[in-house]
Amino acid sequence: MSNPLALYIHWPFCVSKCPYCDFNSHVRESVDQDAWCAALLADMAHEAALTPGRKLSSIFFGGGTPSLMPPSTVAALIDAAAQHWGFADNIEITLEANPSSVEASRFADLAKAGVNRVSLGLQALDDAALAFLGRAHSVGESLAALAVAQQHFGRVNIDLIYARPEQTATQWEAELRRALSFGTDHMSLYQLTIEAGTRFETLVRTGHFTPADDDDAATLYDMTQDMTRAAGMAAYEISNHARAGHESRHNLSYWRYDDYIGIGPGAHGRRLKCATQRHKKPENFLSAVDRNAHGISAEDHLDPASRATESLLMGLRLSEGISLDRLSSRTGIAPDKMLDFTAVDKIARLGLITRTGDRITVTPQGMPLLDAILPQIVAVEADAAA
Amino acid sequence: MTELSLIRNFSIIAHIDHGKSTLADRLIQQTGGLTAREMTSQVLDNMDIEKERGITIKAQTVRLDYTAKDGITYQLNLMDTPGHVDFAYEVSRSLAACEGALLVVDAAQGVEAQTLANVYQSIEHDHEIVPVINKIDLPAAEVDKVKAEIEEIIGLPADNAVLTSAKSGIGIDEVLEAVVTRIPPPKGDRNAPLKAMLVDSWYDPYLGVVILIRVIDGVIKKGQEIQFMAAGTKHLVDRVGCMRPKLEILSEIAAGEVGIITAQIKEVAQTRVGDTITDAKRPAAEPLPGFKEVQPVVFCGLFPTDAADFEKLRESISKLRLNDASFSFETESSAALGFGFRCGFLGLLHLEIIQERLTREFDLDLITTAPSVVYKLELSRSKTEDARTMELHNPADMPDINRIAEIQEPWIEATIYCPDEYLGSILKLCQDRRGIQKQLTYVGGRAQIVYELPLNEVVFDFYDRLKSISRGYASFDYHQIGHREGDLVKMSVLVNGDAVDALSMIVHRGTAEARGRGMCERLKDLIPRHLFKIPIQAAIGGKVIARETIAAMRKDVTAKCYGGDISRKKKLLEKQKKGKAKMREYGNVSIPQEAFIAALRMGEE
Repeated sequence: MSNPLALYIHWPFCVSKCPYCDFNSHVRESVDQDAWCAALLADMAHEAALTPGRKLSSIFFGGGTPSLMPPSTVAALIDAAAQHWGFADNIEITLEANPSSVEASRFADLAKAGVNRVSLGLQALDDAALAFLGRAHSVGESLAALAVAQQHFGRVNIDLIYARPEQTATQWEAELRRALSFGTDHMSLYQLTIEAGTRFETLVRTGHFTPADDDDAATLYDMTQDMTRAAGMAAYEISNHARAGHESRHNLSYWRYDDYIGIGPGAHGRRLKCATQRHKKPENFLSAVDRNAHGISAEDHLDPASRATESLLMGLRLSEGISLDRLSSRTGIAPDKMLDFTAVDKIARLGLITRTGDRITVTPQGMPLLDAILPQIVAVEADAAA
Repeated sequence: MTELSLIRNFSIIAHIDHGKSTLADRLIQQTGGLTAREMTSQVLDNMDIEKERGITIKAQTVRLDYTAKDGITYQLNLMDTPGHVDFAYEVSRSLAACEGALLVVDAAQGVEAQTLANVYQSIEHDHEIVPVINKIDLPAAEVDKVKAEIEEIIGLPADNAVLTSAKSGIGIDEVLEAVVTRIPPPKGDRNAPLKAMLVDSWYDPYLGVVILIRVIDGVIKKGQEIQFMAAGTKHLVDRVGCMRPKLEILSEIAAGEVGIITAQIKEVAQTRVGDTITDAKRPAAEPLPGFKEVQPVVFCGLFPTDAADFEKLRESISKLRLNDASFSFETESSAALGFGFRCGFLGLLHLEIIQERLTREFDLDLITTAPSVVYKLELSRSKTEDARTMELHNPADMPDINRIAEIQEPWIEATIYCPDEYLGSILKLCQDRRGIQKQLTYVGGRAQIVYELPLNEVVFDFYDRLKSISRGYASFDYHQIGHREGDLVKMSVLVNGDAVDALSMIVHRGTAEARGRGMCERLKDLIPRHLFKIPIQAAIGGKVIARETIAAMRKDVTAKCYGGDISRKKKLLEKQKKGKAKMREYGNVSIPQEAFIAALRMGEE
């Protein structure tokens, strides 16, 4: 049996650009829906032709704001995917949605089209914070949308952004407690980060606000871990929490470094030992598909050393850690040529990593420090493959 | 040959930015030395660093032919002298080669304190000094006020000062006329045995070592065998010439003239500034007075950031040394920095210049250790050794404390000129640095302060502090006055329990605690947080005198997963790895190289 294959579909349009967002999203007066539907179908067909005989285990509609897609386009894409590859049992089909009334009104149709999981960008449960984050919805509207979502979809994720400027531990505790009470099976709890090229970066640079201090953010992070664990939703990845068995299968494909296909503007893929990237700008993507029948802007072969490095960068984000034997057998690189075990042991003594058998796991204490740990331990030697 | 009466040798004295180089360029242009097209601005300052800092490091010379109003053509030799206290000896030799000087004063700025030291030196050499008031076309020019200042502060008559604007080309002929009419011609005897002063030398890749000389008596010609009287070496002259400013080959350089010679010399180190050159077969009876062996006074370790660059550093240092015999170097090894060189310099500016040239001209990344002065140690007898004295250039070589009977440190006498309003803070700075006040006088609204100071208090950041508290208005000049006993101790810096040898230093016991505290505080800011907490300690022997702790890092993580975009994370990893390569490991702690330099800059204390 071949490994699971995941499909990511990027919808690049938003009604407005949120000030914190550095994803590939664009605001356009109008979108030629037929052209976009056709382009995404063509881009998908290109990838399908390269990966015959594989079954899809998940589809993820991300963005941008994919809840703005006409449900008919979603349906067409899902149907085409089924035709090209066929679906594994219990395929997970997720769509990211804004929690507004307009979008909630489409949930029934989206469910009919085959979507069985939504990821709702609630972002905050405080109207002032929503305004600060540039969100067009109110808390009231979000909760109404959440109720509709829970009605139509078996599985619902909610996104929240915390460690906002001047957010106190008490405020976040109340907000998180309320979020936990909604009873969703999955939560993505992201700390606000100021990304290059965003409006927030400008505002910070010009002194309009100061981001939360790392130490304060760490306190909120620790609190979040305690509260979610107590509620049966411990983190299975740095920012992701789920009830057992309800982890995002699609995102697990990234973190476990299984193959995933990425179509649509700016989408990244990893398949057939290649990294693929699509044209980011919507217009460039369309014209590329027109010319080449696919939207690829770069396709690079990944040597075993690159694949090992990527596997480690992604896998160590998971609480389950990474099996070095499995990684060795996938890349042909011996474990001691991938990791600096002297550094691993040093950091293990600090309680930030554990080694059990062939498995390396970053502990909950180590997770918020992962970016500092990785450069010390990941040391994949070039040409190390046997 | 040129009659003595038709020769004029002169230098230009000016404060930075008062227009010395522009004026020199104009004089060259006016006398046809270079066409306007050939002039890059400021011909005489060759090195990039000289142009950027507005200072002259190597003495330069240019010979000009000037036909004066009397219809006679004169030979003018312009000597451009180094302009910094580190090179005081070189300045004194250049001045000794002249009979007069142009004192250039900015018409808007007036007499600056820094100028005074050089003017006084020039006066000591019995020079005829011609005041030149420059930049007279500036709206803020106050010619009369500046004239009054020259008379009052320097004590020179200024009523016949030459008024110029070198930038606009005003008054250039008048300057040349004044050089001819007011500066006396040199004296000398063409027929006496050769006696020439070695003013400076530099390495030229095509010519080998080029020697700038002033002939006092006799004549020097191609093919002549000469002798360096102090060095005792003999050489065959293979080229005689002058700079115009391009090299022009001459048949001879005779008494009273300035010129250059080459004599198949491979290393500048074989030529000592101030040495007397004479004829090997018919030597002069006495050398010229004033020769001094220059000794490095400040030492520091230079280490390549990348250990693999050690050989490249050795080559680069050797190349620089070809042209600058005043600094010394020997191999040094440090527990944590690996192999490098212990280098000696004439002063802090000299250190900075060499360091900057190594980084810039040879593209090297360097770690510089704490500058140290030369201590004299009296060691008492031990079981295996007799009592002896030793010179200590490197705190790492400090012998066992029980053997040290006495430590002596070098002292200097410093003269500082500053506007009145900064006097208070400058006095405090000198007191804080263990200074002993010798004199405090006022010269026209400016204070002149003379202090005796231990050199090790000056090598840290004395210049920087002086400049910042006086907003650049104070000037500083010093000379060494010998070694004195001091209550000195070696202060070690421990990071996470491990001594960082590159940061250890010799300090006075009385200031050790403040130094240690300052160092720990700075390191706390300079060393990034790690996964664990890091104690930073300053200690004398086993006794900790200051301590700070860097808290453990609590958060450093990428929150989002970016839809499978791993390239971002990979880029971050590569960047972090590159950053890590630029760090040095001490007791599991990575210290960025900037920390070594920055830690030594004393802030407000």
